[in-house]
Formats: sequence, C-alpha cells, structure tokens
Amino acid sequence: MTAKIELSGVKKHFGHKVVLSGVDLAIQPGESLVIIGGSGTGKSVMLKCILGLLTPNAGTIGVDGSSVVGLSARALAAHQARFGMLFQGGALFDSLPVWRNISFALAGPAAERRAAAIDNLSRVGLGADVADLRPSELSGGMQKRVALARAIAARPEILFFDEPTTGLDPIMADVINNLIRTLVTDLKITALTITHDMASVRKIADSVAMLHEGRIVWHGSRDGIDSADNPFVDQFVHGRADGPIKMQLRKL
Amino acid sequence: MTGLATTFAHALIALGSVIIALLGSIGRLARFALTALGRLVRPPWYPAQLFEQMLVIGYFSLPVVGLTALFTGSALAQQIYIGGSRFNAAATVPAVTVIGIVRELGPVLGGLMVAGRVSSAMAAEIGTMRVTEQIDALTTLRTDPFRYLVGPRIIAAVLVMPALVLVSNALGVMGGWLLATGRLGFNSAAYLNTTAQFLKTDDVISSMVKAAVFGFFIALMGCYHGYHSSGGAAGVGRATTNAVVSAFILILLSNLIITVIVFGS
Ligand SMILES: Nc1ncnc2c1ncn2[C@@H]1O[C@H](COP(=O)(O)OP(=O)(O)O)[C@@H](O)[C@H]1O
Ligand SMILES: [Mg+2]
Repeated sequence: MTAKIELSGVKKHFGHKVVLSGVDLAIQPGESLVIIGGSGTGKSVMLKCILGLLTPNAGTIGVDGSSVVGLSARALAAHQARFGMLFQGGALFDSLPVWRNISFALAGPAAERRAAAIDNLSRVGLGADVADLRPSELSGGMQKRVALARAIAARPEILFFDEPTTGLDPIMADVINNLIRTLVTDLKITALTITHDMASVRKIADSVAMLHEGRIVWHGSRDGIDSADNPFVDQFVHGRADGPIKMQLRKL
Repeated sequence: MTGLATTFAHALIALGSVIIALLGSIGRLARFALTALGRLVRPPWYPAQLFEQMLVIGYFSLPVVGLTALFTGSALAQQIYIGGSRFNAAATVPAVTVIGIVRELGPVLGGLMVAGRVSSAMAAEIGTMRVTEQIDALTTLRTDPFRYLVGPRIIAAVLVMPALVLVSNALGVMGGWLLATGRLGFNSAAYLNTTAQFLKTDDVISSMVKAAVFGFFIALMGCYHGYHSSGGAAGVGRATTNAVVSAFILILLSNLIITVIVFGS
C-alpha cells in the first residue's frame, strides 16, 4: 500500500533556529495518526509544511505520491483544497458571522450554506443560536469548535487537527474525540491530529508518532505507547518532569 | 592613510548593503503588485468584497477629504490675495486658486488624507489576519488571499479615488470662493466666471490620473505591509506605520513625476 502522506528528511529552520531536523513519517490512507511531543517542538510547523503554507529547507513531502514542494500557485491551491485544517488558534475570520465562517468554502445559495453550517455546528455540540454571532462573542472553547466545524464542512479527504481539545472541558473533549473517530471510521478520511491530551490519543489514534528535537523519535500503534520501550514516549505518556526530555529550569 | 582607506571601504560596504536591501524590497514589492494584478485577470472575482471596499474607501472618506479641501481652498485664496496685492494682481485669486487646487492640492491632500485613513486600516486588518493565521486559513478554504483580499482593495481604491478627488477639487474651489466673496470683497458671479474660464479639461484629467495612481499606492502599501507583517501585535503596529509612511512618500513622489511630465514642458 502506498502512503497517503509521506515525509522524508524534512528540515525546516527559521534563521538560526532549527525546528525540524530530518522528519521521516508515512501516513496510510484512512489512517488516524496522532502526533505527540512537547510544546515548541515543531508539530504545527510540520503540518504547515505538508499543507504547503511553509516551504521546507530540505527533504521531500508527497501526498498520493506527488510532491508538495515547488508547486505553481494554481497547483498549490489544488493541493490545499484537499485538506481541512483546524488551526491551533482557530483562525476564524472575525469579520464574518459564525455561519459564514463555517460555510466559507461551500458553494450554492445562501440558505443552503446556512443550513449546512448549522448542521456542522450540531456535530460539534453547538446550537443554531450561535450561527449569527461573531467569533469574538464566543468563548475560547466555542471558537475552537466552530473552527473544527469549518474544517470539516467541505468534507475534505484529509483532515488536520492542531490541538482540537485544548481548552475544552473533559466532556466536550470526548465529544470532539468521538467526532474525529467517526470521521475516520465512517467517512474513510485520513486524519493527522496534534494533541497533548492522552485521553484523545487513546480515543482517536490508529498510530502515534512522537516528535522530539526535530525528529520522529518513535512511531507505533496506539496500543504500543504503554509498552513502548522508548524513554521519550514513556516520559510523555506518564507526564513526568524527570526523564530524557529536559526542561530548562532554574532552581527556586 | 590605510586607516582612511579602511574607513572608506567600510562606508562603501555599508552603502552597498543599504542599496542592496532597498533593491530587494523594491523587487519584493513589484512581485507582490504583479501577483495581485495578474491574479485579477482570471476568476474567481469577489464583487461583494469590491463594493464593500469602495464604500469603506470612498464613501467614508468623503467628510475628511471634503473638509481638508474646503479649509485649504480658503487658506490658499487668502494667501494668493495677500501675495497678489503686492503686484496689483489681487484679481488673480480665482484663477490661481482653481489651478492650484485642481492640479496639485486637491489630489495630493486628498491622497494623503485617504492614505492616513485607509492604508493604515488595511495594514492593520490584513496584518491581524496574517498573525492570527486567518490568511493561512483562507488558502485551506479554497480562497486565494490575493483575489479575495488584495485585488478588491486595489481596484476599489483606483476606482473611487478619482471620484473623491473630484469632490475634493469642487470643495477646494468652493472654499476659495466662500472666503473671497465673504471676506475679500469679490463679486460672486465674476469669481465663478473667472474660475470656469481657467478650469481646463486637461487639468481635470491630470487630476483624475493622479488620483487613480495615488489610489493604487494607498491600497498597495496597506495590503503589502499587512500581508508581510509578523511578530504579533507589535508587528502589526509596525506594518501600519510603514504602510502610511510609504504611501505618503509614494504619493508625493509620483505626484512630482506626473507634474513634471504633464506640466513641465
Ligand atoms: N513563522 C515562524 N517564524 C519563526 N519561528 C517560528 C515560526 N513558526 C514557528 N516558529 C518556531 O518554531 C518552533 C516550533 O513551533 P510550533 O511548530 O508552533 O511548535 P508546536 O510543536 O508547539 O506546535 C517554535 O520555537 C517557534 O518559535
Ligand atoms: Mg502547535
């Protein structure tokens, strides 16, 4: 089986700051891969490289076997149209009401688009009453869910979720986890999710990859994370301050 | 001697790097402008965005542009009267006022006022969209930010600036007329007659052309600096300042160039 998304030797730096130093990763069609790793390790940057929003300094990225790097403007737009992306900060258009945000990529008459928006709102646990509000009138967790509704509205074949449950209460987080799992299982969508939330990992992942210091240090099945013979994964899964992942701290 | 030579060499290197940086930013700006214009050739177009921008740029700029022209026209008439009186030429007030307003002050002051209002607002809005990843979100939602954000703003500014400057010219002349008839004892009908006599179609056309060029720079600077802003709220603030300052300079420079070409020979 050929991989849906394949990264090999991907490097990215900003000035002197090296963020990705050779990422190798393959995602199979219909698979739900979860990326874990400390904050600031370049998980979001990696997603943006696959989307073609950032250009890697070295390495290759392929989606269905065709390269993402060096595309013309039009080919890049066609590439990006295949993805739905939930940005870490939501990235809602604050000049547009909620329903126009959600139906932004949809075509058709306004009444239909509005109905589709309300339908997608109900999937993320929000009612039709928020449809006419502005994003700035919503709480952080509600904004996140509206952004999620927007990402899935056009039913893209590949979905990226950057920290979908951060800022949500545990019950709502579980609703979102179920939604992502349903999208993958029922609609055969390929999903790549970034999260710090181990409950999310256990719920939505088929496989898990850990990013640390610019590389994938572990990649295995979901059930493998507890028995992983990998000190990085072990420390992350159990949330311990002591271990191979060092925090730069000064003693009080 | 060698000390002097090294200093000189260092100065040359510094000057060279400044010039290279300048050429680099001119190149980036030209590429941005060409991309924006090139994408306009093919659909999708966003007429709703265009109308909204025409309203924001044109209609909401009317009060500030109108008042600027009115006050400046009056002040200009007063000064021409004082200057003209020394040569027994106070009667030139209507002619010089209309030429000064239509050829230079109407378009330039109108352009500067709109730049202060609009370039800054565009840079702040697009810059905020950039740093909050809304521009990235646009591209993943099948929308080209050049077609959706930049194109409508540039077209709208180029279309409405000539109309705004027409209003600005009319109010500038009216300001001169109000002051001349109210304070300087000019006969109203005679003043308007002289004005009409010295108001040449060519001057009005050059005024419109200037306005369209200024409109292009106003929107281009706002969009360019906003689009390339980075570094959170402080970065958006810098983009806003740079947009206004560079729009001012481009307006004054292009005005000089057009004036020399049209009226210089
Ligand atoms: N556009 C950018 N310019 C400069 N540095 C960036 C940029 N985007 C991300 N970075 C840096 O890259 C590193 C990784 O960022 P990110 O991928 O957002 O981390 P995370 O793994 O928490 O998602 C951070 O140190 C960040 O400062
Ligand atoms: Mg991140």
